[in-house]
Amino acid sequence: MNSVPSAPLATASTRPRIQHVEMRGIVKRFPGVLANDHVDFDVQAGEIHALLGENGAGKTTLMKILYGMYQPDEGEIRINGRPVRIASPRDAIALGIGMVHQHFMLVETLTVAENVALGLPSSRGLLTDLDVVARRLRELGERYGLVVDPHAYIWQLSVGQQQRVEILKALYRGADVLILDEPTAVLTPQEVEELFAVMRQMAREGHGLVFISHKLHEVLAISDRITVLRDGRKIGTRPARETTKEELARWMVGREVRFHLEKEPARPGPVLLELEDVHAESDRGTPALQGVSLQVRAGEILGLAGVSGNGQRELAQVVAGLRPVTRGRVRLLDQDVTEASPAARMDLGLAYIPEERMKDGLIQEFTVAENLILRDHHKPPFSRKGFLHWPTVYAHSRRLIQAFRIKTPSVKTPARYLSGGNLQKIVLARELAREPKVILAAQPTRGLDIGATEYVRERLLEQRTRGAAVLLISEDLDEILVLSDRIAVIYEGRIMAVMPREEATVERLGLLMAGVEEKEKG
Amino acid sequence: MKRLTDVLFDALLPLLAASLALLVGAVFLMVMRVNPLTAYAALVEGAFGTPNAVAETLVKATPLLLVGLGICIAFQANVINIGGEGQMIVGAILGTLVGLTFTDWPGWVVIPLAMLTGFVGGALWGGIPGVLKAYFNVNEILSTVMMNAIAVQIMNYLLRGPMIDPVQKAMASEIPQTAALEMAFRLPRWVPTRLHLGTLLAVVLAVVVHVFLWHTVWGYRIRAVGKNPDASRYAGIPVKRYTVLALLLSGAFAGLAGVVQVYGVNYRMITDGSASGFTGNAGFNGIVAALFGGLHPLGTVPASVLFGALLVGANKMQRAVQVPSALVIALNGLVVVFVVSSEYWRRRRQRRRMALQREAEAPRPVQETAAASSASGGQD
Repeated sequence: MNSVPSAPLATASTRPRIQHVEMRGIVKRFPGVLANDHVDFDVQAGEIHALLGENGAGKTTLMKILYGMYQPDEGEIRINGRPVRIASPRDAIALGIGMVHQHFMLVETLTVAENVALGLPSSRGLLTDLDVVARRLRELGERYGLVVDPHAYIWQLSVGQQQRVEILKALYRGADVLILDEPTAVLTPQEVEELFAVMRQMAREGHGLVFISHKLHEVLAISDRITVLRDGRKIGTRPARETTKEELARWMVGREVRFHLEKEPARPGPVLLELEDVHAESDRGTPALQGVSLQVRAGEILGLAGVSGNGQRELAQVVAGLRPVTRGRVRLLDQDVTEASPAARMDLGLAYIPEERMKDGLIQEFTVAENLILRDHHKPPFSRKGFLHWPTVYAHSRRLIQAFRIKTPSVKTPARYLSGGNLQKIVLARELAREPKVILAAQPTRGLDIGATEYVRERLLEQRTRGAAVLLISEDLDEILVLSDRIAVIYEGRIMAVMPREEATVERLGLLMAGVEEKEKG
Repeated sequence: MKRLTDVLFDALLPLLAASLALLVGAVFLMVMRVNPLTAYAALVEGAFGTPNAVAETLVKATPLLLVGLGICIAFQANVINIGGEGQMIVGAILGTLVGLTFTDWPGWVVIPLAMLTGFVGGALWGGIPGVLKAYFNVNEILSTVMMNAIAVQIMNYLLRGPMIDPVQKAMASEIPQTAALEMAFRLPRWVPTRLHLGTLLAVVLAVVVHVFLWHTVWGYRIRAVGKNPDASRYAGIPVKRYTVLALLLSGAFAGLAGVVQVYGVNYRMITDGSASGFTGNAGFNGIVAALFGGLHPLGTVPASVLFGALLVGANKMQRAVQVPSALVIALNGLVVVFVVSSEYWRRRRQRRRMALQREAEAPRPVQETAAASSASGGQD
């Protein structure tokens, strides 16, 4: 044991501070996806460098490579000009790189000090040195304005406070460069301000910060430099002072529409789904929907565009009947269903393709056949007088398996053995086979390959032509533009605008998605 | 679909595990300077050696099976019912009350009525933790155990006070037991053994529970709620109600086990002041039997017989080779540990089997899975 009182000082003293981290020509492939395509990125001591891009642009992948969680297929990383290999987060920490993940890595039943000490050697050998850790945490807290009681239990802390603990943890481990992965996504506006103050203080103290975000105004407010990624490629880097919201929005979303589908002109009928001034809260009790009004007509697809976390999830749940509204009305086929159960809405003709199909749409341990009757198992012909009639269920399942080209060894195969694309086909088959009048499709092609994506989109168009009202919630702008007849944009729980497809351009949508109000209304 | 070897593997695995447990038990026996072969021979002899031994084994197996059936239902709904003891007691109290109250009614009315009452009593005792779990998020393991303690105290109060046998009261010996049931209320027996009609009833109910779980809407929903409450809610199933229903039914079968014990074996309710004084630990051993039976009602039938045999045979072994009864309990414990651990191997084998099948029959989806998982997990 050396005489240094705690680990972070030891590591900080044995290696030079990071002045410059450089990533050059980083390529990362996942099966079927090119997540990073020859990306260059660098961050210097004392600067806040924002990494901006849509969902799936490759931001997190790039930073997970820097933090040693993924290995790049090509490219190199240099620290202070010297090439380094970062094989694991342990290596990254030893080099002085820390990361605060979107989902916190904290043990709820331990205290702040215990969480920080977890996995570090104690200065007292086999005995704990929590008092030393706590003292050092208070020092760090005062220096950076990160005040947290070291002896509080994690479960007692708010989300914002837990995030401070994560930052403290990284600082305690001697991080010179800190990666913050969408740190503002879970915070209230006041907490965001506090976080920004901490970030500025850290930059003043000579830390380099990487700020991952997809919110334009935040990025412009806090960053020194901004790099935009799109589809795994770097579009450009600009000092924050020399760029505008418009330019960044164009960089983020400006691209060719990749898919073309044959589409007949819409013949909209009567309004089948209507939301009127709907308010609802998120799981954490913060306002998630703040006065949403929308109308979806028979025979049309209304696309709801927006960056994730702006209330789409809550909106879908409100329509499906899984989340109560705090104000406003929901109408389905002229009936007020604001208070109606999910089952009652289903019986009126609502189909729901949930965002998290693995969690909400399917029962993994159930067989394919059992999953295909999840919605209608209690109705004839699948059951009579409370008894299930398996021959009918199996015959029905075989029909759907064929019609929707679900690849499965048999109707009795547990769903969890099927691929993601086939699982989505099960959900689709079940929901669409009921000939629904209103379809709520949330992220229906997320995670699917091109073939399955096209298949799902064709089925949705088919339903529209058949006369169903489709509310399509998607974070994929291509999808919105290809499928929709009208497009609405949601931002922080409010509808920014609703426009016919013809009037929508990627630039216009991009600005609205980033929360930039349009000057002339109507 | 399944190959014969796979079926055999699944069926023989618990037996293999039980044999391994007995092998470890043999080491214990040898440490105690007892020939394990002699001991195990006595065990088998005691459990199956004579018609009477077989009958005793089945008598012991009956409450295990009834409790175990309830456990199967609870486990399907992903709730754990440790309250079998208390539910047996409450069911037995109510069932006994029926028999002691309507003494001049015919047996064919009183016996079914008593069973129904016991069924409802057990359902009540299981339903309370069910409601607490579903609506107040109270851990059902804790609440069912606590309900056991309450039931025992109610039993002790009743059997020492209001329900005590008048004969005991007159003699002032105060053994906590009720008066005996009328001859006409006793379940028919296969004389000269103690094997009674309750055993047959339990086996029939095992089939009923199987049909219930896999061929009815209620059973489907209980299984759905247990496997994925989110998806169930989304599908319009009232999740909380079915959580309550599962614990309610689970308790009901234990309650029925209590009534059957009174009307088939003891003909009165009797205790030594503890729960096991009445139940003989069937409320707990039934859980083990259900686990041994793969949490499947039909599998629980042979599993209960096996545990019944262990209990009966162990008595004989104890007398034959003079080992302490603690060793017998340890032996039971070993069997449980081995069998429950063997489940891991069965699952692993099944996974591998399915993977092979998928590659053989549907080669393309495998690629899709990889793409899907990396697209959702690999990017932001």
